[in-house]
Amino acid sequence: MPLSTRLPDAEALCVALAAAMRPHVDPAATVLVGIHTGGVWVAERLHAALGLKMPPGSINVSFYRDDFSQRGLHSNAKTSQIPFDVEGAHIVIVDDVLYTGRTIRAAMNELFDYGRPAKIDLAVLTDRGGRELPIAPSFCPHSLSLPAAQMLALERAADGGLSFRLITE
Amino acid sequence: MQKSPQLNSHGELQHLLTIEGLPRDVLTRILDTAAPFSEVAEREVKKVPLLRGKSVFNLFFENSTRTRTTFEIAAKRLSADVINLNINTSSANKGETLLDTADNLAAMQADMFVVRHASSGAPFLLAQHMAATGRDHIHVVNAGDGRHAHPTQGLLDMYTIRHYKTDFTQLTIAIVGDVLHSRVARSQIHALTTLGVPEVRVIAPKTLLPTGIERLGVRVFHDMREGLRGVDVVMMLRLQNERMQGALLPSTQEYFKSYGLTPEKLALAKPDAIVMHPGPMNRGVEIDSAVADGSQAVILPQVTFGIAVRMAVMAMLAGN
Repeated sequence: MPLSTRLPDAEALCVALAAAMRPHVDPAATVLVGIHTGGVWVAERLHAALGLKMPPGSINVSFYRDDFSQRGLHSNAKTSQIPFDVEGAHIVIVDDVLYTGRTIRAAMNELFDYGRPAKIDLAVLTDRGGRELPIAPSFCPHSLSLPAAQMLALERAADGGLSFRLITE
Repeated sequence: MQKSPQLNSHGELQHLLTIEGLPRDVLTRILDTAAPFSEVAEREVKKVPLLRGKSVFNLFFENSTRTRTTFEIAAKRLSADVINLNINTSSANKGETLLDTADNLAAMQADMFVVRHASSGAPFLLAQHMAATGRDHIHVVNAGDGRHAHPTQGLLDMYTIRHYKTDFTQLTIAIVGDVLHSRVARSQIHALTTLGVPEVRVIAPKTLLPTGIERLGVRVFHDMREGLRGVDVVMMLRLQNERMQGALLPSTQEYFKSYGLTPEKLALAKPDAIVMHPGPMNRGVEIDSAVADGSQAVILPQVTFGIAVRMAVMAMLAGN
């Protein structure tokens, strides 16, 4: 089967994800936190689609990664920005692809350094399997199975359109 | 090409000993990496777990408050364990050599040495010794050695300039004061020229300038008013009374008259020029209080940025 038909449509998944979340969010109180970089794009879409009051936050988990001693610190000028009070908040962590769960673990650890949220949910466009930690998404409209040598990456075109690309190592 | 002792075989930073010879992309990478670290200070918990379980030894063979404290804060915000050694009151006074001290600390599973020493080259010697004895995993950060280098000060100054002025390639920058005794000035000059600043000036009396300073790519001025004309950044240096030997200056009052930064002299620089000082300041000697506390001074932001820059340096070294 050619790659183009196998890859999910990122735009359609954004719509489906927003629909799945709608009954469970309070537009006046729920806040989104996108994980750099793909998760930030998806969070922007969800924020608009769900009409949330509070602007979305963004998080760069590279200071919290568990593979720092093997991989070192890669230059990453993206700053975490949490423009709301984490204490007592209902937070939805947003990422493009859920894989091992390690990034989500790092993001939760980082959030707790800002305060104690009342509840954290996880929204992803797709789940590619291969979990290494007991983490499950709260909202996920799609799943697929990929071998470890392949990476599914979200890309944003100049016109803002989102699409998936498959990278084979 | 001569291999820099601070870079490993992949061109990554292994130690930070001097800015001299570091390529522009390495300097830029450090400044880029420092930016997200500055945000850590805004959090409820001002800590990230990057250096959890690592031991950082602050080896200060010379007095320092600001540098030692900001290194300590930086290491603690990275979750490292910090051990401060005040060498004035330790075994060095009993005759132990620098390398013996370091060997003993390495035997205590040190991961990083932050070294300040009155002798130029002491941190280099230490890094060389670690390599020669197969302890490449121990990183050395120079926190100021003699008249040679103070690389993290130079880097935090570059971070400050970039924060306020954005583009290095459009700037005219003056370094004013006791260049002769200043490791800060040397690190600043190397950093500024490497980052592409088209005009770096040094302003000082002849007695406080090393001979041949022009070869570092700077323009020399002895008249402060002439040198400050049209500059974007004024980098003041501390008059290092404790390093003065013999009669280099008639008096500090005389020095203030010719080389002290007053509002009247600062008015010759661009209207939006910023004023920097590495501290500690001698008010009324190299800088007037009206300038030090004025709206153009960015001296306290320099201190704050210094923590983020030192966090970036330590995190990069520990990961390489």
